[in-house]
Amino acid sequence: MSIQKVSDGRNIDRGILVFEHTSEVIRAESLLKSEGWKIRVMGPPPEIRSGCDLVIEFPLIEELKVLRTLRAAEISPIQAVPVSSPLLHPVDLFHVKDFGRYLMVRAANMKLTVDKESLTIVNISGGGCPDVPYLARHMVGKSLTEAPRPRDIGHTLCGYALQLAFEEMWRRCSL
Amino acid sequence: MLAVAGTIPDRDFPLVAGTVTLKGSNICIQGNQAPVNRGTPALLAAAIKSGEVLGEPAPFAYLVGDIGLGDGSRRLYEYLTRHLGRADFNTITFHYMQPDVDWHNRVLFAAHEMTKRPILIADAGFMYAAKMSGQSPTYDLFTPDAGELAFLADEAAPHPFYTRGFILHEENRIPALISRAYAHDNAACYLLVKGSKDYLAGKSGIHATVHSPADEAMEAIGGTGDTLTGIVTALVGAGMEISESAVVAARANRLAGHYARPAPATHIMEIISHIPRALEEVLRERK
Repeated sequence: MSIQKVSDGRNIDRGILVFEHTSEVIRAESLLKSEGWKIRVMGPPPEIRSGCDLVIEFPLIEELKVLRTLRAAEISPIQAVPVSSPLLHPVDLFHVKDFGRYLMVRAANMKLTVDKESLTIVNISGGGCPDVPYLARHMVGKSLTEAPRPRDIGHTLCGYALQLAFEEMWRRCSL
Repeated sequence: MLAVAGTIPDRDFPLVAGTVTLKGSNICIQGNQAPVNRGTPALLAAAIKSGEVLGEPAPFAYLVGDIGLGDGSRRLYEYLTRHLGRADFNTITFHYMQPDVDWHNRVLFAAHEMTKRPILIADAGFMYAAKMSGQSPTYDLFTPDAGELAFLADEAAPHPFYTRGFILHEENRIPALISRAYAHDNAACYLLVKGSKDYLAGKSGIHATVHSPADEAMEAIGGTGDTLTGIVTALVGAGMEISESAVVAARANRLAGHYARPAPATHIMEIISHIPRALEEVLRERK
């Protein structure tokens, strides 16, 4: 099988940050550029019907880290969506498996398993971005209340999915 | 000889290229060690154990530290584009790397510059990039789990995180998801889908399923998909045909898990230690 040039004219691994006001775009642009992100300011695609007339294109996989950087500077985009399909939403379906003593929650490709008695995170599986093994190393063996949050130490969309699984587990354990 | 490219969850782990050995619960490469928890170290540990059974040399690996910032992955991508074309491997497995379409394409072109085209296997982040790039059919084997298969089946999703709900609902319809992935050219020549039942599929449909032994806890244990990819990599690297390798690997991975008496809290190294016994048994059955 030979390699074919495949391009639909869109950068499929890029995302768009949508802001309410242009001033926020300007602040976000200078902040992200100063931190070394490869971003660009552009006009919004036709599917985006909210926000101002400028959006910021960013590396989609690193959405969690980008949002954390903006949040720290008190800049809040109203949306972060894929360039290729701006109407796509983050996963909001959870698959839950009860193993008796253990409970597993899956969000997209990420699975978090907790000992129901001690609330200790006993395993993290799934995922494919490099922060998954890193997150597992820092979270497994700790209780839900003590473990670092994926949103605080993760960087990628896999980390973001794990955060959603973590929140769902938290809700189910009624913490 | 086979090669594996992936990352270590330690920012200080240098970019290295060389043969890998297993010492206790650590992989060792060029004076550096990394614990086998999950991810690429688990894949390599499984490939090493399988290679011992098959009488194969230790695998070659391209590794770099990356905790999700993508900096290590990008250095590794760049290294691969410069060195892969002159390398001589019969099988290359690409694993945990920050998905990046542009860099993925450059590495793929480098692999195709090799004198003899190797068998190409992709899993984890590199598989995500392969799908996003539209180059999936160029690969010989993908090893997704159910969540990743839904992503491959969703032609619009740029990452599993954005897989549409109506597709995720089809978890129990693996055959339908496989068909959809092939219909949109988002699958490799073969798919080995890991789950409560493992599926080997191609464009023409499902070739085989493996469902025993069945230990539900395996799904919760981080690294069980990585070990499956490691075993199939070793078998393909040893010259076994891809479809047969996939079935043997699925069965051996399940058996190794079974011998470890798995619980959701089981550590992956407990399973890896049973791979030699499990693989020997499956290979004996095959004869």
